[in-house]
Amino acid sequence: MGSAGSHRDLLRFATAGSVDDGKSTLVGRLLYDTKSVLADQIEAVQRASVDKGLSTPDLSLLVDGLRAEREQGITIDVAYRYFGTPTREFVLADTPGHVQYTRNTVTGASTAELGVLLVDARNGIVEQTRRHATVLAMLRVPRLVLAINKIDLVGYDEETLRAIEKEFTGLARSLGFADDAVQTIPVSALVGDNVVERSEHTPWYDGPTLLGHLESVPVVGPEVAKPFRMPVQYVIRPRTEELHDYRGYAGQIAAGTVAPGDTVVVLPEGRETTVTHVDTADGPLDEGTAGRSVTIRLADDIDISRGDMLVAADAQPAVTSEIDATLCWLSDKPLRPNARLLLKHGTRTTQVMVGAPESRIDTDTLTEVEADALSLNDIGRVTVRTADPLPVDEYADIRATGSFLLIDPPTGNTLAAGLVGTPLALSPAE
Amino acid sequence: MTTLEKKATLDALDALESESIHIFREVAGEFDRPVILFSGGKDSTLLVHLAVKAFAPAPVPFPLLHVDTGHNFDEVIDFRDSIVERLGLRLEVAKVQDYIDDGRLVERADGTRNPLQTQPLLDAIVENRFDAVFGGGRRDEERARAKERIMSLRDAFGRWDPRKQRPELWNLYNGRHAPGEHVRVFPISNWTELDVWRYIQREEIELPSIYYAHRREVYKRDGMWLAEGPWGGPRSTETVENLSVRYRTVGDGSCTGAVESTATTLDEIIAEVTASRLTERGATRADDRLSEAAMEDRKREGYF
Repeated sequence: MGSAGSHRDLLRFATAGSVDDGKSTLVGRLLYDTKSVLADQIEAVQRASVDKGLSTPDLSLLVDGLRAEREQGITIDVAYRYFGTPTREFVLADTPGHVQYTRNTVTGASTAELGVLLVDARNGIVEQTRRHATVLAMLRVPRLVLAINKIDLVGYDEETLRAIEKEFTGLARSLGFADDAVQTIPVSALVGDNVVERSEHTPWYDGPTLLGHLESVPVVGPEVAKPFRMPVQYVIRPRTEELHDYRGYAGQIAAGTVAPGDTVVVLPEGRETTVTHVDTADGPLDEGTAGRSVTIRLADDIDISRGDMLVAADAQPAVTSEIDATLCWLSDKPLRPNARLLLKHGTRTTQVMVGAPESRIDTDTLTEVEADALSLNDIGRVTVRTADPLPVDEYADIRATGSFLLIDPPTGNTLAAGLVGTPLALSPAE
Repeated sequence: MTTLEKKATLDALDALESESIHIFREVAGEFDRPVILFSGGKDSTLLVHLAVKAFAPAPVPFPLLHVDTGHNFDEVIDFRDSIVERLGLRLEVAKVQDYIDDGRLVERADGTRNPLQTQPLLDAIVENRFDAVFGGGRRDEERARAKERIMSLRDAFGRWDPRKQRPELWNLYNGRHAPGEHVRVFPISNWTELDVWRYIQREEIELPSIYYAHRREVYKRDGMWLAEGPWGGPRSTETVENLSVRYRTVGDGSCTGAVESTATTLDEIIAEVTASRLTERGATRADDRLSEAAMEDRKREGYF
């Protein structure tokens, strides 16, 4: 086993905020202070900073990877960063602020177990904070951190920070976050206060540093406690002499657990059968849990192929051809009424017709407003009619089986991220 | 930790392994002619190991493709062939040397052949009608790679346009492509160099011997220890020394440097990588030092 020998787990998290809030600097600081940035990268940043006439190294240059980003001083695309401590590994989806914020935040949030929102202590909660928090809430990111940055620029003033904290706690509550899922941390990314090292200037703050918090939050996703779901990716049939009758259904467990003896149903057909083996290349498991890739063998010889889903017999999803959904529109090409598109859900892709939008979420006022179209970065509600019936869960219940993509048939491009149901309940506009 | 948490939490390597296996199976389910790029280096050896685990007990349903620069380490080629034979896989080899011999490519002034791999790779993709090409690229390697998708669409010319990438959400990969286009797939995108070594140790994966410390005649150029080979040797001003070295990456022999090391076991290598103050590319790849955006430029043209 590994040299540490202890259980080292993985936390996937996302950061959101604008360049002006110092997000790239915060990410650069996390990487720098955890020694995840190595000497050759630091030298490159120092050289580039001197070339740009800066007196201190610009840590954001560690993060902005593409030529256009460095030239324009902006972040265009979601960037993935990796760092680790002795107890945990981190995959950070760093999502840029102003440009295409919905597209990038939705992408980063879709796999995140925690979201870090960044605000400038001088400005407090701004419209963009509200938008980002709304997207994270809708994508059901389980935990939220508000990093109040640039506290050095407000003289480490406790009252300023408490006021921002109070406003944010109220916002998070109205978006459905439990109080213990939200943490506010005053930081200075530039100086390093409370990012990795505890600040001497905030004696009134008794919470964790940002890294301390990231290291200690539980990573067990809520999916494990949900009913079993597994989309079938591939049928494994070795067809060799000794394994002539082997027929295994390969997939990654999307939710819940599965063990030999469990009764499962194959959807959409609805045939019931019993699990005989939960195989892996390292041998059979007593139990497979959400997140693990396995190969399942069944007691009965049923015709099962890619696109089918194995589910717990006693807690089945709805099988439906009409899905009420929330769409995050990710493309320059707007949604036209009665558009004929492709939908990918689990391992099945099917044709769909998308009805006219019923409403759009105004992320500035957090209300639903009337809409007759959806364009880039809009979030709206629609009804989707599918050619094949699909086994779907509400996104609010199970992320993996309550989510889908809408794809443009002629170009193959991804148009929208779809969430089954209304993962965020908002009041209609007055 | 409660019992449920203990049972439920995959450790970091288990989580990465399951993610990679999921990606291999998605491609097997959705593409007609996938291929794994396999050089015999540690990352592509890891890819093949994961592919074996994804389809066990059935064989890996893809062939392998090696884009051979002709500047090889013998140990790596022997290793490549032994893996192919042991797993009973088909290996295609696209040779840069053939292109130089018949004039389709011209040897560069610096003798480096890594940038010359792009054309033979793209030709092999077209000739074999490969529609999905697995590569061992990792996002932690380099800044341009940090923005790469797990499934990345390439046009008919093999080009990558970072501004037109499809958003990638949840674990729903969109690999749709028009005839003539193909998709590059990076199953170990989220692994770090240290993850790779820890997993190699856990799974007892065999690697070419040059990854472990050994004595070799080397000379210093641009701060790197290079070895003499078919690609050339030391200039008159460069002195040859006999040192204990190992390779952190294995590429074209003309531009892949060795690092001084006494690490002969995986424990020692992991300790060395943990303590290293240089990235593996910064330490050992001359081709990435060409410019600030060297990797981005090569990727745009169709390189891995």
